[in-house]
Amino acid sequence: MDYDLLFIQTLNGIQLGLLLFLVASGLTLVFGILDFVNLAHGSLYMFGAFICAWLTLQLGNFIYAVLLALPLTGLLGLAVERLMARYLYTRDHLDQVLATFGLILVLDTLAHLIWGPAGIAVPLPGWLRGQVEVFNGVVVPSFRLLIIATGLVTAAFLFWLVNYTRLGMLIRAGASNRTMVSALGIDIQTLFALVFALGAMLAGLAGMLIAPITEASIGMGNNIIITAFVVIIIGGIGSMKGAFIGALLIGLIDTLGRSFLDDLFKLFMPSDAAETSAPAVSAMLIYIIMAMVLAIRPQGLFPPKVR
Amino acid sequence: MAALLEIRNLRKSFGGVAATDDVNLEVAMGEIHAIIGPNGAGKTTLISQLSGGQKPDRGSIRFRGANITRRPAYTRARLGIARSFQITSLVMDMSVLDNVALAVQASDGHSFRFLKPARSITHLRDAARDMLLQVGLGDRADQPTAALSHGEHRLMEIAIALATGAELLLLDEPMAGLGPEESTQMVAFLKLLRGKKTILLIEHDMDAVFALADRISVLVYGKIIATGTPDEIRGNVEVRHAYLGEE
Amino acid sequence: MSMTKRSIWPTLGFLLLLLVVPLGFYFYDNAFYLDLATRLVILGIAATSLNLVLGYGGLISFGHAAYIGIGAYAVGIPVYHEFYGGFDSIASTNGLFQIAIAVGIATLFALITGAISLRTKGVYFIMITMAFAQMAYYFFLSLDEYGGDDGLVIEVRSEMPFMDMDSPVQLFLLCWMSLVVAMLIVRTIVHSRFGMVLQGAKGNNERMVTLGYNTYVYRLTAYVISGAMCGYAGALMGNFSSFISPAMMEWGRSGELMFMVILGGAATTLGPVLGSAAFILLEEIFSSVTIYWHLPFGLLLIGVVLFARGGLTGMFRGRGN
Repeated sequence: MDYDLLFIQTLNGIQLGLLLFLVASGLTLVFGILDFVNLAHGSLYMFGAFICAWLTLQLGNFIYAVLLALPLTGLLGLAVERLMARYLYTRDHLDQVLATFGLILVLDTLAHLIWGPAGIAVPLPGWLRGQVEVFNGVVVPSFRLLIIATGLVTAAFLFWLVNYTRLGMLIRAGASNRTMVSALGIDIQTLFALVFALGAMLAGLAGMLIAPITEASIGMGNNIIITAFVVIIIGGIGSMKGAFIGALLIGLIDTLGRSFLDDLFKLFMPSDAAETSAPAVSAMLIYIIMAMVLAIRPQGLFPPKVR
Repeated sequence: MAALLEIRNLRKSFGGVAATDDVNLEVAMGEIHAIIGPNGAGKTTLISQLSGGQKPDRGSIRFRGANITRRPAYTRARLGIARSFQITSLVMDMSVLDNVALAVQASDGHSFRFLKPARSITHLRDAARDMLLQVGLGDRADQPTAALSHGEHRLMEIAIALATGAELLLLDEPMAGLGPEESTQMVAFLKLLRGKKTILLIEHDMDAVFALADRISVLVYGKIIATGTPDEIRGNVEVRHAYLGEE
Repeated sequence: MSMTKRSIWPTLGFLLLLLVVPLGFYFYDNAFYLDLATRLVILGIAATSLNLVLGYGGLISFGHAAYIGIGAYAVGIPVYHEFYGGFDSIASTNGLFQIAIAVGIATLFALITGAISLRTKGVYFIMITMAFAQMAYYFFLSLDEYGGDDGLVIEVRSEMPFMDMDSPVQLFLLCWMSLVVAMLIVRTIVHSRFGMVLQGAKGNNERMVTLGYNTYVYRLTAYVISGAMCGYAGALMGNFSSFISPAMMEWGRSGELMFMVILGGAATTLGPVLGSAAFILLEEIFSSVTIYWHLPFGLLLIGVVLFARGGLTGMFRGRGN
């Protein structure tokens, strides 16, 4: 076993996990509080990437671009909430799913209209392009460390927000009791709009962080959204803790599965059989894990108390 | 006295609050046994455990001598337990007759049939129509369920419970939301069932309870504080204190 | 709704139109419309099968494209091995064999994923069916031998008794007849005692359980029947397009199928077919006007959800009771 590779891949898994957490946390917030299924959450992720990529090219600085792109994706979220989502809160999930499916087509095509069919690569500043030596000879791209750091800081921020602030209290109350929040004299429409914008910013942030690695491209959100669904299904829909643990679990399993499953299979089957079956199994691995979790706990690992 | 239903030390709590707190209760074959108690006393939770909608934390439920505590809800109907719901629970987008026919079909036991149109199976339809006639909804059979009034929905609940052919009916506030006239009709109808069915009745309408019940149990904060005939309950100081006195 | 007798004539008329118009175009040397109609009819079968669970069962399955893919690969893979060797046990160009594989694997996939998915409800069910379909997508994507991402050309169409699948007219006729049979099957099931229980569970599951129905088993059965039918539609699709690729299973395809059902009118016999017709025609019209056709199309979909509840059949009939 190559332990340096194992270390690197573990780090990659954590990085993927944290990006997934950013997407999944927004989804789970919006669903948990607004009872709203947003299939177009992945398109907000894509817009985050595009806005950031475009701003990076305009401003010549990735960090400034992120700082400016965050409020812009928040505004986009607000626009979606105001123009469409709020009319769907009281509708059933089928209507929400169908309407946001339509929204994906609209947003993907808008991105196409604005930025053209090709993707946009995002240049990083010099200090983020280097590598960092973690220990004797093992180097990690510094940008990946930035992604991990940003993911952890955002996670900490969200836990603080949900558990220790007035807004968080309202968020938790809103999840269980809309009328109660209204009765407290809090403008629930504003609260909902804020939550929606926050969700959009989280998805957008994930898109901004991935763009320098993969570039911003049309439809990039349509794969990660399903993985984010798997994350919140495993974690328990509406649970922030579940989203975090589920995301890391999926990030690690997916990354490590792709690189080590064939080695693992070779331990107990002929090596050519291992090499043909490992890619197929690793492609399905996270779904198999999801199925196993559901078989034992249909509500996920950390189902929210109310609901 | 042959107990059709025996409840022993039944307990169910939600986050530390016991909704059913070591309840012991026996319902004899053929009796109308009412359970009264203030709001939040745990009456509906008790019924849900009997019908299988909720799982008790501990204790046992025996029906015709067989332990059914952990049996899934759908098997209890087949054993002969039917329930009505406090909040009307019907299939709103089907016709009145369809709703009752589904209950008849459930007791008929041949539902994994894919070919013959259900609405052309005369013995199911006739039995359902007959049941609707009995509760006085004969002329409403072909209406969409959603078009009926609240009072008619309450009658449908009873018709459906009866149509399953169950021996034990768990009726959760059949009078809820009924006007005085409708209540009187409902009481008159339930009286007709005396001796034919065993009924566990939850009801807030005291006039109805004292008119119908053979025995009454008083449930307060998840505990049964008294069981007896209507006269005994009327005279029970503890009950008057805990419950009746409040009104 | 279910208690009012609906006239059967609009359905028969529409099906007849669907038969005659494309053939008419074809015999006036316009093969394009026959192609379009064949695709429409195949998707109509898939939508009809989805309607059994979505419309009548109230189960929001967002993964039915997986069954189309499974069905198509069940045609493509045996043909591939017939031509390039390997896997002798399944190498075949026999259409009946391929259809049996298609329906068999689809049944199995529906049984396993349905058994897990149906333990959950509501939004969990939507996401899980989506995730399982994505699993099928990635599975076929990972099979390099069958082209992976690029897909695979099916060298020859299925060999069927008494007919030639290479003839566009005969293929269309088979698809059209299959559609009629699919509609009859769903209609029969829905009106049967089984169907009443399924619809009752959609309206009020708790009530049905209290009556003594193990609704899980009824739903799973419906889900498996639906998956099997959709797998059959996939086998036709493989023959029609002579090409298989994981893209057939992308979740966007599943979303389109759902939209066909809702657009035409869920829980009606004609709805899914009407929906697929409207969907295909709109797609054709919009895409001929602009390459950005997804934009107005998406807006239209949103508009349908927000303003036209009950779909096309609902609009014609005047919605509600």
